Amino acid sequence: MHKTVNQKAWLFVVPVVGLVAFNALIPLMTVVNYSVQETFGDNVFFWEGVKWFEQVLNSDRFHDSFLRQLAFTGMILVIEVPLGIVVALSMPRKGPWVSVCLVLMALPLLIPWNVVGAMWNIFALPDTGLLGRMINGLGIEYNFTQQPVAAWLTTVLMDVWHWTSLVVLLAYAGLCSIPDAYYQAAKIDGASSWAVFWRIQLPKLKRVLTIAILLRFMDSFMIYTEPFVLTGGGPGNTTTFLSIDLVKIALGQFDLGPAAAMSLIYFLIVLLLCWVFYTLMMRGEEQ
Amino acid sequence: MPEEQNMAKITLQNIKHSYLRQPVESQDYALKEVDAVWSNGGAYALLGPSGCGKTTLLNIISGLLTPSEGRVFFDDNDVTDIPTIERRIAQIFQFPVVYDTMTVFDNLAFPLRNRGVAEDKVKLRVNEVAVMLDLEDSLKRRASGLTADGKQKISLGRGLVREDVNVIMFDEPLTVIDPHLKWLLRSKLKELHQQLGITMIYVTHDQTEALTFADRVLVMYDGTVVQVGTPVDLFERPGHTFVGHFIGSPGMNILPCEIRDGAASFAGNVLQTASPLPTADNERVEVGVRPEFVRFDDSGFAVEIVKIDDLGRYKIVVVRCNDSTLKMIVDEDIRIPSESPRISFDPEYTRLYTDGWVVE
Amino acid sequence: MGIELKQVSKRVGAEIHIHPTDLVLDAGGFNVLLGTTLAGKTTLMRLMAGLEAPSGGEVWFDGKNVTGIPVQKRSVAMVYQAFINYPSFTVFDNIASPLRVARVARGEIRTRVGKIAELLRLTPMLDRLPAELSGGQQQRTALARALVKNAPLVLLDEPLANLDYKLREELRDELPKLFQDTGATVVYATSEPLEALMLGGHTATVHEGRITQYGATAQVYRTPNTLLTARVFSDPPINTATVDKQGDTFVFGDAAHWPVTEKYAVLPNGIYTLGIRPHHVTVTGEHADGVVVRGIVQIAEISGSESIVRVEVAGNSWVSRSHGVHPFEVGDTVELHMQVQRCLYFDSGGELVAS
Repeated sequence: MHKTVNQKAWLFVVPVVGLVAFNALIPLMTVVNYSVQETFGDNVFFWEGVKWFEQVLNSDRFHDSFLRQLAFTGMILVIEVPLGIVVALSMPRKGPWVSVCLVLMALPLLIPWNVVGAMWNIFALPDTGLLGRMINGLGIEYNFTQQPVAAWLTTVLMDVWHWTSLVVLLAYAGLCSIPDAYYQAAKIDGASSWAVFWRIQLPKLKRVLTIAILLRFMDSFMIYTEPFVLTGGGPGNTTTFLSIDLVKIALGQFDLGPAAAMSLIYFLIVLLLCWVFYTLMMRGEEQ
Repeated sequence: MPEEQNMAKITLQNIKHSYLRQPVESQDYALKEVDAVWSNGGAYALLGPSGCGKTTLLNIISGLLTPSEGRVFFDDNDVTDIPTIERRIAQIFQFPVVYDTMTVFDNLAFPLRNRGVAEDKVKLRVNEVAVMLDLEDSLKRRASGLTADGKQKISLGRGLVREDVNVIMFDEPLTVIDPHLKWLLRSKLKELHQQLGITMIYVTHDQTEALTFADRVLVMYDGTVVQVGTPVDLFERPGHTFVGHFIGSPGMNILPCEIRDGAASFAGNVLQTASPLPTADNERVEVGVRPEFVRFDDSGFAVEIVKIDDLGRYKIVVVRCNDSTLKMIVDEDIRIPSESPRISFDPEYTRLYTDGWVVE
Repeated sequence: MGIELKQVSKRVGAEIHIHPTDLVLDAGGFNVLLGTTLAGKTTLMRLMAGLEAPSGGEVWFDGKNVTGIPVQKRSVAMVYQAFINYPSFTVFDNIASPLRVARVARGEIRTRVGKIAELLRLTPMLDRLPAELSGGQQQRTALARALVKNAPLVLLDEPLANLDYKLREELRDELPKLFQDTGATVVYATSEPLEALMLGGHTATVHEGRITQYGATAQVYRTPNTLLTARVFSDPPINTATVDKQGDTFVFGDAAHWPVTEKYAVLPNGIYTLGIRPHHVTVTGEHADGVVVRGIVQIAEISGSESIVRVEVAGNSWVSRSHGVHPFEVGDTVELHMQVQRCLYFDSGGELVAS
């Protein structure tokens, strides 16, 4: 609201503009260029218009991987957000255990994504992995390289293991910023712990949770490395999410035109869903 | 209206509290030793500077804190270990607490609904309280959209809707309220106290708030209660130089005093005081007199005027005598002598203090 | 330094924050901006500091137009209501920070900081961090930082509002003294009339984005030009009522009437608004020339030394403030002594008549 007019300030923006151009705009325009033409290499291009877009949008293959993607993202959000809140609620608010808990929580976040994939691959192998052998030892037949359900479960579990901490840390920070007076007032008003959660903690966490959900949504919707290392999109195509499919088309089949069209559609979907999420979460905030 | 048997006498017995696990010296205690008895339906204030232990004491009464030592009684029942919710108290905090997602109505209804009160009764009570607090027009609004004074009224209203409340406690409730609204809200509290007759305890560092609100004021300093009394007691008969200094604006003049030949004197001038002469002679003796009780008097002793502040209603005149400066309050109609001013103290309100405590 | 606002205004979107304002501040003196929250005091200060650009008009410093010059080049110091210090700096480093920015020599920094710290009684705390200080000490540190710069313009935005009552009283007493010798022009925003009176100097009353009056503080208090100014500069609020001038008598409904003094003799007959401050309507008959009015007690606030009573007088809600402690019962009828020679009269436009 209060702004000082200072033309020199624009100078500070120049590096960012340059970086964004180099990082985002130029590659994006290249992709746009590919998405409307046919090429066989050698820099020979034929104009194709919106043909690739039509093809992608009408293909069953795209529909399937899109639905798989939605299902995966939905599932991990439904698990990670409530779980994150519960863990954050159960963490101590003061004392020496605070830092211990925080470090333990942060650990999974520090591991490189491909390492996470490899770890879980080894961990869950039915014959040699600890998890795989234990489950089979219980008499349940489990082989994530063969059974679609097992593959899904393992992928979801891996993501929950890797990323719930992020939700925990954000929610914990949100909880710590609620003044004591609120809890004291609630005690005096005779509020149950459920009411305290529903009427004080959750409303106060709203902003933080919006950020957590957005971050987890974007990340999981574009997930590539971990399932690629864990299952490689299999068995069959059962864990082939959008990004894995995209890579298969672009680099496996070298169909650059359809791949470019798919990238743009993918990009627009992420953008649209983010906007919808944000608007829904922030509705009623401004009054 | 709360019924008679709901109210309680509050007794604090040898209350001590430390936030440390193993307190050793008296410095470790936020409350050093507090004894007090508060009767039904009174209006009390706990007055003191920040860090004097007044909020700690309040939280001990409400049960949000358990004292390290001592007992709390409501009537004859020892409630020291009884949780807040069973103590039937209401507390209003410095920063207004409202439940953001609820309407004003739901906020006011919240304590009743939590206690399983029937919905038609809830409606009746909430409307009654809303009328008392002039909130009836905003009942349907979301509580988060209200101004600070509106929110503070809701906090108060959540205490008032309950019919079982023994005592309502206020922890610096006007801190975030605009000055010109403070007056109104304070009047409202006073009015409610007279109307409902519920015991109210008001914690503040602001002497005006304490003195205007309470029938009895406890002045706290460094973890102890230095004086308990009516506003008039505290003003006219401060029991300790701290009370004299802290209450009144400007505070009491505290001047060096000599006891010689069976008389008290200040800067070589013999004074008439309301105190007997102190007996032990090795203690530090001071004389205390409020600026209100110093006046220009041709038969008094000579002083030099240092400064005059015109505050409209009255003037504060700073005068010097030997090495001491003192302040006097002079009404706007009174002429200030331009040459060789002389002043005197009103003997009825001039007292001697040894080591800070009044001689009586 | 002389500061002048020429037709300065500020609007944000469709909202007018400051109406076109002319103001010449008392150079080298203490200038108080008095008004309620959101009256526009802070905006006025930000315009003077150059933190905000005016939508119209010009800001002049010492006869120079500085309207477009940003805050960094104006050499102003500002202290806010919240105690703003660098949390990781010691008190010494906090106070020294503006001097370091200005590349003052190390030895000189030490002497200047030492001097200011002495003045503000911060010397024993110089090695501590802000978190280890009390609120009063934190605010004194912020004040020291503003003082050490020797800025010719110092803006203080309700600097004492977050402090304890007694501390506020102490600092209020010290502040004018501190700035007296520096020659700096000080602008001080407050919402408390009593604070303005204690600080003295000059006062501008601010109401809804307009300066209603500017002048010597006691002068503005005693002879407000408009009813609005009188309202801003009165706590508890000034009592008002409608009176009718009939020949040589002022008639206040059925409640009272009194002779028109010479001063007001020339006024045409008709309706005026009477304004009288609470301490001129007392329950004690200390003033022989008082006119008696009757009121019904609505609420009484008794402190140890005075009684403030809200009474209904002929349909008006009035406040009476008297010395001493007097018992009141709500609903009682009390006799109030009104010092009619202290009455202010305003015409239908709210302007003071014949002062």
